[in-house]
Amino acid sequence: MKIIQGIAASNGIAIGKVTLLKKDNEDICKRNINNVKREISRLETAKAAAVKRLNEIYLKSLKLLGEEDSNIFQIYIMMIQDQDYLGEIKQMIYTEQINAEYAVWNVGKRFAERFARMDSEYMQARSVDVIDISKRLIKGFEKKKEDGLVPQLQGQHILAADDLTPGELVQIEKENVLAIITQKGSRTSHLAIFSRTMGIPAVVGLAEGFKEVSNGEVVVVDGFKGEVIVQAGDRVLKKYREKQKKLAEHNRNLQKLVDAKAVTKDGIEIQINANIGQLKDVENVLKNGADGIGLFRSEFLYMGRTSPPTEEEQFQAYRQVLEKMKGKYVIIRTLDIGADKQVSYLNLSKEANPALGYRAIRICLDREDLFYTQLRALLRASVFGKLAIMFPMIISIEEIKTAKNIIKQVKADLRAKSISFAQDVKIGIMIETPASVMLSRKLAKEVDFFSIGTNDLTQYTLAVDRMNGKIGRLYDQCHPAVLEMIKMTVKNAKKTGIPVGICGESAADPNLTEFYLRIGIKELSVAASAILELKETVREINLGVHQD
Amino acid sequence: MVSFQYTVKDPEGLHIRPAGSLVKCAQGCTSTINIEKNANKVDAKRLFAVMGLCVKQNDTITFLFEGENEQNDCETLKSFCYKNI
Repeated sequence: MKIIQGIAASNGIAIGKVTLLKKDNEDICKRNINNVKREISRLETAKAAAVKRLNEIYLKSLKLLGEEDSNIFQIYIMMIQDQDYLGEIKQMIYTEQINAEYAVWNVGKRFAERFARMDSEYMQARSVDVIDISKRLIKGFEKKKEDGLVPQLQGQHILAADDLTPGELVQIEKENVLAIITQKGSRTSHLAIFSRTMGIPAVVGLAEGFKEVSNGEVVVVDGFKGEVIVQAGDRVLKKYREKQKKLAEHNRNLQKLVDAKAVTKDGIEIQINANIGQLKDVENVLKNGADGIGLFRSEFLYMGRTSPPTEEEQFQAYRQVLEKMKGKYVIIRTLDIGADKQVSYLNLSKEANPALGYRAIRICLDREDLFYTQLRALLRASVFGKLAIMFPMIISIEEIKTAKNIIKQVKADLRAKSISFAQDVKIGIMIETPASVMLSRKLAKEVDFFSIGTNDLTQYTLAVDRMNGKIGRLYDQCHPAVLEMIKMTVKNAKKTGIPVGICGESAADPNLTEFYLRIGIKELSVAASAILELKETVREINLGVHQD
Repeated sequence: MVSFQYTVKDPEGLHIRPAGSLVKCAQGCTSTINIEKNANKVDAKRLFAVMGLCVKQNDTITFLFEGENEQNDCETLKSFCYKNI
């Protein structure tokens, strides 16, 4: 047995025969020509054929992978039509009086080398794209209909190649591919992203070790560890077959939990909610069977644009999320901008301590125009589902009183204009500052619920900047001081009888689930992809005591 | 001639996708548009040239417009930049 270490690009385990893909473009024949015009027109015909083919691939990819991952093919089309690229090819045909294919291949290599020399890892990786479009252009000279970059496959294979481009990848039928291994490639390569989207295990960047892989050999691909195992004996194969079986069973079992409730062995039901940032996340929330949305980070509506979203834009977004969740709770957090999340149009100045600075509710209470617009949009949307509004970064009773007063004003304003809104919109706050923990007993009397934001609470409790990698080791969400903070909050909330949820990263940490449940947490809100695992964890827990 | 400066915020810099959209946006304008980074000046309507500038996060680039529609085109590109890169 020999283990070849590469870069883990896409999870999964595969065992199967290797099919080595040989690229055939390496030797393009050089021919001298005397009719330059004819050669240029051959180039134009090849270009048209390549563009047409790319368009077909784009449409196929659109169905398979969606808009975002398919854009690359439109960019390939732009590259093939690029004036500099075509210009150099034509120039070479003119001056050297050679065949167009040879000129394409040489100019392609020249452009690829230019990218490879750039001082950005990302741009270096783009040389693959230039080689790919050049190959496509060369294919365009051939009369054959078949797209020969990837052979037609029968049966199931582990594809091994020097490198695979997205264009080649999209042509592969998923049923025929057990896994993909490549010599080149990095985490930022398209291949890594595509294989994850398609759910095919992949190990890339095997470098020198790639030569140990031979055509037709049975190998093991471990996409979790980034390992390819060659010359595996029966014992190793057996071990990995077991692993595969367990993995498949685990995934099947998780799928069964989509409609299941998260109930502990002794019958305590826990709400498993999802955290989202934008409308399109809702689909995944529903697919994974969440009980509701525990945190909608509304700031994402404000990011990546030149002016704040209008009331109407916000209303539409909130309304759609509420409608899609069909009466399940949706907790929307008001604008939490500043610190690590910046937007240019607010013209926030640079601060020495942004995490302790002008951010979140501090901006909202200062810029009432922003706050009013958001609250109006929220209340207008409230009639389309079960909305709760949550304020971030609270440190005092005054803040929540002020915020509630503004809500009152907005409501009065809506009433005066006969615009309807739901009467039962719950108001809650994030508990993410030590101040709010210390005041939790009084704060609980002001609001309908608490949601503990463990990311910031950890940062502020431990005085550890979570953006500072140097002290990353000190950033510990299981630190006893953080857990004491959480305990205190829950205790004080219980006294007033309001519910507490957890919506930070550590809500999904299986090592903390039992702790949360034991202190009386009844709601956990996590990324959609973590919901099923968390349901499983909860269902394994037996608290053995009856609470409340 | 009109111009504006822009500091790229995208963590990956002016990588392939935004470069592609930027060039597409520029191709829709009638003005002559150049992008300048340090001493290098390239045609904003040419993808390889734009990618060749190797613009990274926090790099400041200057857009230069010349033509009848320069004022309009300048605004178009400016709003593109703030929205996308």
